[in-house]
Amino acid sequence: MNARRASWLVAALLLAAVLLAALGVCVGSAGFENLLGPLFNPGLDPDATAMAQQIVFDIRLPRTLGAWGAGALLGLAGAVAQGLFRNPLADPFLLGSASGASLGVALALAAMGGAGGMLGASMMNSGVAVSVFSSSVWVRLGLTGAAFGGAVLAVLLTLVLSRGVQHTLRLLLAGVVVGVVLGAMTHLVLLFSPESLQAMQAFMLGSTSFVGWTAAGLMAGVWVLCTLAAWLLARVLDGLSLGDATARSLGLPLGPMRAALVGVLALATGTAVAQTGLIAFVGLAAPHLVRSLVKTTSSRLMLLASCMGGALLMAADTLARWLIAPQELPVGVLTAVLGGGYLLWLMHRSTRLGRGGGL
Amino acid sequence: MSATPAFNVPALEARDLGVRFGDAAILHGITLALPRARWTSIVGPNGAGKSTLLKAMAGLLPHSGTSVLLGQPLPDWPHRQRAQQLSWLGQNEASGDDLTVWDVSMLGRLPHQAWLSPPSAADHAAVERALRATQAWDWRARSLGQLSGGERQRVLLARALAVEAQVLLMDEPLANLDPPHQADWLSIVQALVREGRTVVSVLHEIGMALHADELVVMAQGRITHQGACADPATHRALEAVFDHRVAVRELDGQWVALPLPGQTASNEFSNGASNSATT
Repeated sequence: MNARRASWLVAALLLAAVLLAALGVCVGSAGFENLLGPLFNPGLDPDATAMAQQIVFDIRLPRTLGAWGAGALLGLAGAVAQGLFRNPLADPFLLGSASGASLGVALALAAMGGAGGMLGASMMNSGVAVSVFSSSVWVRLGLTGAAFGGAVLAVLLTLVLSRGVQHTLRLLLAGVVVGVVLGAMTHLVLLFSPESLQAMQAFMLGSTSFVGWTAAGLMAGVWVLCTLAAWLLARVLDGLSLGDATARSLGLPLGPMRAALVGVLALATGTAVAQTGLIAFVGLAAPHLVRSLVKTTSSRLMLLASCMGGALLMAADTLARWLIAPQELPVGVLTAVLGGGYLLWLMHRSTRLGRGGGL
Repeated sequence: MSATPAFNVPALEARDLGVRFGDAAILHGITLALPRARWTSIVGPNGAGKSTLLKAMAGLLPHSGTSVLLGQPLPDWPHRQRAQQLSWLGQNEASGDDLTVWDVSMLGRLPHQAWLSPPSAADHAAVERALRATQAWDWRARSLGQLSGGERQRVLLARALAVEAQVLLMDEPLANLDPPHQADWLSIVQALVREGRTVVSVLHEIGMALHADELVVMAQGRITHQGACADPATHRALEAVFDHRVAVRELDGQWVALPLPGQTASNEFSNGASNSATT
């Protein structure tokens, strides 16, 4: 019965994504404008159709699909983190991995972007502009690799500081400390790299305005890879939900599989952060929302959390563009406000139900 | 790897097994052999090291010395084969609240399944048998988070039974179970032993432990006695390890442990009560 319910939920979330994508391509600096009409009726007004094609295919569609991709990656990372650390508050942001990824991007920009740097000079000579806005595949891959490295290091640092995953409060405190310290280091790097500062400020607030087809394609590829890897490792998460001893007694080689899951978590987080900057709470909220709708195995939960994260960020991104149009609200600010409220509500509910740290 | 070792080979052996937590020694070089097709209960006062011994013998805890399963040192067993032969039911472990009763029980079949293969008909049959044995079949579609402590314990027991292992290790399996379901657990264990399986349990309920074939009596990280439950020497060892605060007696053909009032505790309580009355 739960399997059928999960299938219905996947279908509903995918349908919601299609509808939100249709809405998303119609919302811009002028608020809502129906671009789908001219797009699908080229005979009526060829000029309007050409303009609609340009706006939709060059700007809004990659951005809207990119929002789904980043949300899906963060939702997946959240589900993996919560299962791996058996902690309902684990999320890429709270574990410090998003801050680590951001530091990785800042370091990469400082190393590659400065015209004085060797890498930067050679890249400028080859005509490749290095910035968070770049659509070059190599720049995007470089930023993603740097973000991945930063995310891995941040998770490992959090685990070392919290001395394992058993103690919820210690894990969260360690994650907060790592996040704050790495955030400060990011600012320090930017202080010495003023040419990257302005773009990175927008990046630190979280925005999908950097996303073009290259970034969207990269996120889609990584999402397929991470979802496949997470699905292959889902049994480990199910086993771990019964405790370490039981999981080990079932013959699961926990060490290498945990390392692989940390890799999935870091790759998903790093890729999302490298394309859209810091977007908080999507990774926390998506798995929780799924769990409130259906109780299911880790393999289904991860897919559902992914679809939920994608739909959430797509909706938030459209809202962020529309709320104060013609100005644009960074979507990371909106998710932080909404997600923070959601986290407080979760904590209030867990206190009311007498579930301490369990949420 | 032989799946059917000679019958006289012990199911599980501890050879000079030691466990330390930091500077504190919890187990002191324990050597022990547990016979096959028998139910052995490990008993002793709080802090005796019973659960630690069971976990170390299952290879779930770093330890010195060797644990031997069906004649083969534990580290020599490939992970999956070992998991097929040795089933574990722990106490106070995390329980996947989001998983359904069926999913939790099916986890017991993991050692029998290739990595990505779906559950076979044999897996389905084993899970159904286990759920029916623990009377949890009717809740198979419910999530674990919706169950009471006792119901949850029965599902976790079903998960351990679904492994269909030769050796079952259970740490406090009666936690949260009401008396009728404790009796059901007893019937399940006795049926398993009749099938030739070996059960080793850590129990606080001495009365239940006295239904076992053998008792291992522990105190302060050491074994003070191992013997048949009906043996008067075992009864004496049991009484001694609890400072003679329990007395083993026969009642309707069964051994029972009667708690005896502690002189020190009752004196202190009555002194305290009279002091507060006078003030």
